Amino acid sequence: MTAWTLLIIAALTAIGFFVGQARAQGLRNAGAASLHSLPAYHGLLMASMALAAAGIATLAVALVAGSDSMIMPAAAALLGTGAIAASHRLITRDFRARNRFEHFVKLVLIACSGVAVLTTIGIVFSVLFETLAFFGEVSPIEFLFGTHWSPTSTPASFGLIPLLVGTLLITFIAVLVAGPLGLLSAIYMAEYSSKKMRGVLKPLLEILAGVPTVVLGFFAALTVAPLIRNTGEGFGLIVASESALAAGLVMGMMIVPLISSLSDDIINAVPQSLRDGSYAMGATKSETIKRVVLPAALPGIVSAFMLAISRAIGETMIVVMAAGLAANLSFNPLAAVTTITVQIATLLVGDQEFDSAKTLSAFALGFVLFCFTLVLNYIALRIVQRYREQYD
Amino acid sequence: MDASPQKSTLSNSPRILAARDTKIVASDVNVYYGEKHAIKHLSIDIPDRAVSAFIGPSGCGKSTFLRSINRMNDTIDGCRVTGDILVDGKNIYDRDLDVVQLRARVGMVFQKPNPFPKSIFENVAYGPRIHGIAKSKTDLEEIVVGSLKKASLFEEVKDRLDHPGTGLSGGQQQRLCIARAIAVNPEIILMDEPCSALDPIASARIEELIDEIRQNYCIIIVTHSMQQAARVSQLTAFFHLGDLVEFGDTDDMFTTPQDKRTQDYITGRFG
Repeated sequence: MTAWTLLIIAALTAIGFFVGQARAQGLRNAGAASLHSLPAYHGLLMASMALAAAGIATLAVALVAGSDSMIMPAAAALLGTGAIAASHRLITRDFRARNRFEHFVKLVLIACSGVAVLTTIGIVFSVLFETLAFFGEVSPIEFLFGTHWSPTSTPASFGLIPLLVGTLLITFIAVLVAGPLGLLSAIYMAEYSSKKMRGVLKPLLEILAGVPTVVLGFFAALTVAPLIRNTGEGFGLIVASESALAAGLVMGMMIVPLISSLSDDIINAVPQSLRDGSYAMGATKSETIKRVVLPAALPGIVSAFMLAISRAIGETMIVVMAAGLAANLSFNPLAAVTTITVQIATLLVGDQEFDSAKTLSAFALGFVLFCFTLVLNYIALRIVQRYREQYD
Repeated sequence: MDASPQKSTLSNSPRILAARDTKIVASDVNVYYGEKHAIKHLSIDIPDRAVSAFIGPSGCGKSTFLRSINRMNDTIDGCRVTGDILVDGKNIYDRDLDVVQLRARVGMVFQKPNPFPKSIFENVAYGPRIHGIAKSKTDLEEIVVGSLKKASLFEEVKDRLDHPGTGLSGGQQQRLCIARAIAVNPEIILMDEPCSALDPIASARIEELIDEIRQNYCIIIVTHSMQQAARVSQLTAFFHLGDLVEFGDTDDMFTTPQDKRTQDYITGRFG
């Protein structure tokens, strides 16, 4: 039935267009020289009326009677034809079809952006309700300030702090790696490299961004982690086989292209006239970059960093494979730590009953993560607004 | 490609030139952009403490020549300069000349005001900081205030030196750029159509300013406005298709031009 309905809607839309256009053209041919809108607009308006009416009818029937019902194509046909008939009578010399149609287009655009916003709100609320259910079993104080995390032991303890510290530690290492690497390579690409070199370098860096995080994850676990361990043991250090450092380093490599590519675009957007002004004052290239180009690009660079940090905090695969599951409260980059995302993944893998504190805690963790990136984005936005140096 | 060895003639040595020291001597200068021969065998003597105007139709090479006086053409890929340009008798295209020091002596003001996205104070302090001119903080403040005063901008901005320079009006921005150029005590100031982005009132203020400071600098101004050239300059050079057609006292140039092309241009027959 669905296929028939869709066919009917499509046919009615097409018919609407031609009927509307023909009617308007007829008026014009009959001597109504000053038609307000072009015939095509009358056609488009009638088509959109038919589409909207038939579409709404279909959705309504599908919700009430189910999509197998014979009523569905009938309702679509009826309302669609009705819409065509009704708008056929509207077409006169002065009818403002163009304005109406543009209004309709605007509504469609609003609806599209509405879908994204409503989805976000829906996700937040679904996570929020599960979180509240979790807080019915475990007190928020214990969750937010507890320093011990072991959801599977008896009695279970749900202390967020070790996970938070692990997340921040790994993110910190990642930014420490990616910040200088990304920014300096962006400066090289934007200011020093020849066009040809840039044409080669930039796509290569972006390939790195395209490597799936699973691949980066086993690279971290199988190559980087043993390397760090062997090197560390050479210096007489105790290194866990899964360490925060390994995960952080590889995660840093993951966000290098993000930072370098965005920063490169931002630096390129700084007008050449500013550089010329600086050179004409007798500034060298490095002085110009340090004192004029980078300050002008700073807000954009900060937001590139924030984006990269959000990405790193939310990253799961690399940490699952390279950082381990042990919820140690440790600032030592050589120890095994775990992150919020890893715990969510392990808590929800496999069949779970959705009323235990153990499963619900995953939602609470998700909510914390959400709030975290939200605050981060807010800070980034404020920084950009505060320090935006306007040029041009 | 023009391969003829014809040199621009400077025979009618301008009266004003005779009375002043020569600041810039260019001889047989050629500028190429890749294959394009933008300046052809140009020779000119430019006096100190006067305003020289470069006029001519678009693409005639006047801005190109201007930019070769502070070697800003160095930043353009594929640009090549031959011949000699002497400032105070020293060739600026010598291999051992430091372009940073040259540009400290030869300031430039651009077509579109281009203040840095910094405060008004920092804009003017930029040059002195780079070249380490100021010995102390108070010294730097004196330089900044002095430069703003010379650029007749100080009265308008004295209460908001910490505001961004980009928040000023177009004319104020251009005067800020002039103050920025003056702050490093240049001997020569190059102005590349400094008023073309400004309204007539702001342009008039810039012209006044040029007139006030011309006693102390060698100023070269590229302009599309013949009236402006007539108002602010003592000498005028007319460029056409990469040739320096005529160079002389502004008064003579606009009343009794020697060359047919100059006459056609200033009477508006082409360009």
